[in-house]
Amino acid sequence: MTTQPAVRLVDASLRFGERTLWSRLTMAVQRGEFVAVLGPNGSGKTSLLKVLLGQQRLSSGTAEVIGGASAIGYVPQQGASEAANAIRGIDLVGLGLDGQRWGLGLRGMRKRRQRVEEAVAAVGAEQFAGKPFNQLSGGEQQRLRVAQALVGEPSVLLCDEPLLSLDLAHQQAISELIDRQRREAGTAVLFVTHEINPILQYVDQVLYLVDGRFRIGRPEEVMTTQVLSELYRAPVRVVNLDGQLHVAGAHSAVCEDEPHHVHQAAG
Amino acid sequence: MDKFGDVELTIDLLALPFVQTALLAAAILGVVAGVIGPLIVRRQMAFAVHGTAELGFTGAAAALLLGVGVEYGAVAGAVVAALALGLLGAKASERDSVIGVVLSFGLGLGVLLLWFYEGRASSKLGLLFGQVITVDSANLTVFAGSAVLVLGVLAVIYRPLLFASVDPVVAAARGVPLRVLTPLFAVLVGIATALGVQTVGVLLVLALLVTPAAAACRVTSSPFVATVLSIVFAEVAVLGGIVLSLAPGAPISAFVTSISFVIYLACRLVEWARSRVTGRVPQPVSAPASR
Repeated sequence: MTTQPAVRLVDASLRFGERTLWSRLTMAVQRGEFVAVLGPNGSGKTSLLKVLLGQQRLSSGTAEVIGGASAIGYVPQQGASEAANAIRGIDLVGLGLDGQRWGLGLRGMRKRRQRVEEAVAAVGAEQFAGKPFNQLSGGEQQRLRVAQALVGEPSVLLCDEPLLSLDLAHQQAISELIDRQRREAGTAVLFVTHEINPILQYVDQVLYLVDGRFRIGRPEEVMTTQVLSELYRAPVRVVNLDGQLHVAGAHSAVCEDEPHHVHQAAG
Repeated sequence: MDKFGDVELTIDLLALPFVQTALLAAAILGVVAGVIGPLIVRRQMAFAVHGTAELGFTGAAAALLLGVGVEYGAVAGAVVAALALGLLGAKASERDSVIGVVLSFGLGLGVLLLWFYEGRASSKLGLLFGQVITVDSANLTVFAGSAVLVLGVLAVIYRPLLFASVDPVVAAARGVPLRVLTPLFAVLVGIATALGVQTVGVLLVLALLVTPAAAACRVTSSPFVATVLSIVFAEVAVLGGIVLSLAPGAPISAFVTSISFVIYLACRLVEWARSRVTGRVPQPVSAPASR
């Protein structure tokens, strides 16, 4: 893999009043690299994406996405954009391709339609892409969101909990799709998630945020009992069960609101 | 009332030049309303349109008093209103109450201005309930010019505006300049509203700017089809309303609003009938959790 940064953070700090979300964060995400951003609720995962989107200013330091806004594909957290009034799924995917451009977009309609259809097919959404978006299930909406983010062939893909409300089969399909995108097109991926297992096999780097502290490294470096106990400042155990990582902790902060993966595996 | 549905009289009246001017103005308004309407519906701005119209009335009343063309006053009032609403009610949570506050003040001011005015009373009522006949060939130029301006600007900003309207979070992420588009669209709505004030009147602008689009959005989610349907509905309502109002010499608003309302009901009926049909298709039932 060529080392060509797509995202760069230097000495980046983010504070809201007294509270420090993270400070002196320096990291680069290379082209084609898959970075998982983990941490408990309120640790500043979503804020990190907002910084990269230019919607949140850093308290200090710099953040840069090479290529700017038009190079970014973005999968928002579900429910972040509840409106989507009177519009079909396929229209939203199309807007992901060229919605930021001026004009009516009457030229190159055929080519455009083809690309949109390919993107819809890639997430297996042909059946429902023509329906009103706000009448679709959470999982269906999420797949179209991924298609919308990928259709413009972004050089940086920012995902905020993209696997939420997807069943296991679709979690795998979407993870594979994103993995293929970064391999074939060299897209750098920042993947905010509370659940690393569905993407564990693809992840190059983990950024783990806890209470203003963070750790960056390969999954096997960060996802260890020792490192996470240091981060949480509480005894935490990382258990490897058949290649799945499970974080068990005495501290309540470790347990998150989201349904736990053990239950999902059983369900 | 016996003149109702008098076909011969209607045909005679249709031959008159000022009636034809009125029809032309109405047709222009129909296109503008049809194009801008679906965006108003998607952005949930119906109440904002009403508030803007009331301020268009204030501007028109001021123009009447000053002896300036009513059309200029309506445009100025509506645009100022649109900008004020945009500035004061930037937060969605405050928008509703800000519109209520500005709207009532504007209406009160307009009433005061009309009280000062000592001209024909019909000009006063015309502003409230519409009097398309007041559009003569001189101000038809201003009317058409405003319409072309609105449509021209919309053609340039349509795609990012649609993106920002239906999907603001991702649109912002992709670099769509929401801070420019929101006030710009408010101004366009202001101009379109002012056009409506001159024809259907302050109180009934919604019947053209919102009802046809709301009807269209009940039966389709495709932006293109919604726009075409909304133009057709708006034209049917406004042209049909004028033609029906000719013989009895009644204000056109009653007819325009009635036609648009009937179209809206029909679209809801179509939507309901469709949902019953698709409802019969067996839906995949999710298995109960095995826990």
